[in-house]
Amino acid sequence: MTPHRPDREVAIVAFAQSDHRRRTDDLSEVEMVMPVLHEVLRQTGLKTSDIGFTCSGSSDYLAGRAFSFTMALDGVGAWPPISESHVETDGAWALYEAWVKLLTGEADTALVYSYGKASPGSVRDVLTRQLDPYYLAPLWPDSVALAALQAQALLDAGATDEPALAAIAARSRQDAADNPHAQLPGARPQGEYLVQPLRTGDCPPIGDGAAAVILAAGDRARELCSRPAWIRGMDHRIEAHSLGVRDLTDSPSTRLAAERAGAFEAPVDTAELHAPFTSQEVVLRRALDLDESVRVNPSGGALAANPVMAAGLIRLGEAAARIHRGDSDRALAHATSGPCLQQNLVAVLEGEPHVR
Amino acid sequence: MTAVTPPPETLRAPLVVEFPFTRSLGPVQSAFLTGLRERTVLGVRTGTGEVLVPPVEYDPATAAELRDLVEVGATGTVTTWAWNHEPRPGQPLATPFAWVLVRLDGADTALLHALDAPGPHAVRTGMRVRVRWADERAGAITDIACFEPHDSDPVAEPRPHDGLFADPVTGIVAPARLDYTYSPGGAQTRYLRALAERRTVGERCPSCSKVYVPPRGACPTCGVATTDQVEVGPRGTVTTYCIVNIKAKNLDIEVPYVYAHIALDGAGLALHGRIGGIPYDQVRMGLRVEPVWSDDGRYPDHYRPTGEPDADYDTYKELL
Repeated sequence: MTPHRPDREVAIVAFAQSDHRRRTDDLSEVEMVMPVLHEVLRQTGLKTSDIGFTCSGSSDYLAGRAFSFTMALDGVGAWPPISESHVETDGAWALYEAWVKLLTGEADTALVYSYGKASPGSVRDVLTRQLDPYYLAPLWPDSVALAALQAQALLDAGATDEPALAAIAARSRQDAADNPHAQLPGARPQGEYLVQPLRTGDCPPIGDGAAAVILAAGDRARELCSRPAWIRGMDHRIEAHSLGVRDLTDSPSTRLAAERAGAFEAPVDTAELHAPFTSQEVVLRRALDLDESVRVNPSGGALAANPVMAAGLIRLGEAAARIHRGDSDRALAHATSGPCLQQNLVAVLEGEPHVR
Repeated sequence: MTAVTPPPETLRAPLVVEFPFTRSLGPVQSAFLTGLRERTVLGVRTGTGEVLVPPVEYDPATAAELRDLVEVGATGTVTTWAWNHEPRPGQPLATPFAWVLVRLDGADTALLHALDAPGPHAVRTGMRVRVRWADERAGAITDIACFEPHDSDPVAEPRPHDGLFADPVTGIVAPARLDYTYSPGGAQTRYLRALAERRTVGERCPSCSKVYVPPRGACPTCGVATTDQVEVGPRGTVTTYCIVNIKAKNLDIEVPYVYAHIALDGAGLALHGRIGGIPYDQVRMGLRVEPVWSDDGRYPDHYRPTGEPDADYDTYKELL
């Protein structure tokens, strides 16, 4: 498969995220989002009125609040009228839409943000409402249960074992000790089975959080950032919704998205994988052919902070931030949505050589 | 009056979102769900001869239309499982059970459901199971109460089935309920707490100085937090209005009545309110009004004329 090569250079030039917390009762969604918006604007020196396109990702079902994204828009300065869009999924897909907008030449800068306020409800139950309404949703299979079915399929296939899953959990939380935004930094017990074979340690924390990035095209990116994280390719793919049709031990959609994004053309040094469950990291490493030379989730990943609807955008932001800092030259970022890695997005980010 | 006060404890309240989604079924889903009512499990055959159970109307690989129904067994094999020791509301069994994907005999794909078993030691991939039918069946996936362990030899071949049943199910009602604990955040907590004291408090944008009522915590023009609290009103001016002639369900207000935008004195934009204490056809732009609090004093029930002369148009034209 020939990768798609964008004919306009677009980069992530700024990234910010909130501290992810179990609950944020004291903040409305816009109050939670505003500090990260202000932070990316501060990093670039841009004002809200300078932004060419704004795109956000969120879901009303999390907080049980209708049209919440329209109220969150107050935080970006939506008057006088701006060019704006919203995706009802993870903000990584909002970033994809903004990238396309910049590739068309209709804008030179874009603000992308997303947030998840899961604490008011029960996120395991809320996520059942995204399932097929005829065959699945009436049974209320929660997100942990579906991930556990995938984990057992991996165990049966000999692709992993429980100690290996525990090691993924431990490495992620250990890495998160250096991440001041993480909800679960540092070692913690692997715990009891939540839904066997997944223990609490194999599962992501439930929490509230927000993230924002700024994209810019060409020389505008170079003006705004000393080492832009250029998006060399990005693609997203989806699998059949029915779990019983899929091979749960594999992720062909991730592999195809990676091929189309050009991920296999040269080695990457960093991979930020959106794997809320330890078993999903096993699936993604196999699909992406990542070996031990690749630094996987140095941020701690979704096992350390998983604000639903923002955790995928954070993977793109964390990968870009490593390029900004000079810690990475070529990074892969992945985002997922839906049960058992149903939808997958892969981006390849690069820093220009010799510019640190 | 401007004051910066420490944030009061945030308000919280239970919030229930309930919805009965009514969904129509296509020909394949109708046959499948009607079949369950009749204790018959149907699949659909693809162009390559694969049998999909549960059946879909379009091939997930080729998108080709699928209509070739077949009957498969009510016995099958577990392809993967997960032990659920704490069932959640709405799930098929209230006692601990295994989630299972089951490939029914004659099918090539697996169906998700629950398996009633004494414990995780009694479940394994490859084990044989059969459908336990619900006592009362209505044409829904829950007509399968669950699966149960059952030793039997696999039956290999699916049998042709015309998918026709008397009185077919053509739709389902999928009820859902989600429980939340709602918190309105800082700005709206401050607003609601002030209302309980019969005061209306807006918040000023530190950049453009506009005062928002009710405050939502951000200035949509400047994109910055509004933090300075400003008491506005209690009196205000009707900036525009409409006459409501249709009585809303469960609303104890006689029609016609007037619903208006009211710019409270000191506010940077108008809020909504009902106008009372004056015949509906005498309400006008510029009318000066004041709030009449609800009996429990938690919010203005409506606004009534103050008796002052009408406000000059120039004083409120920017707030229309």
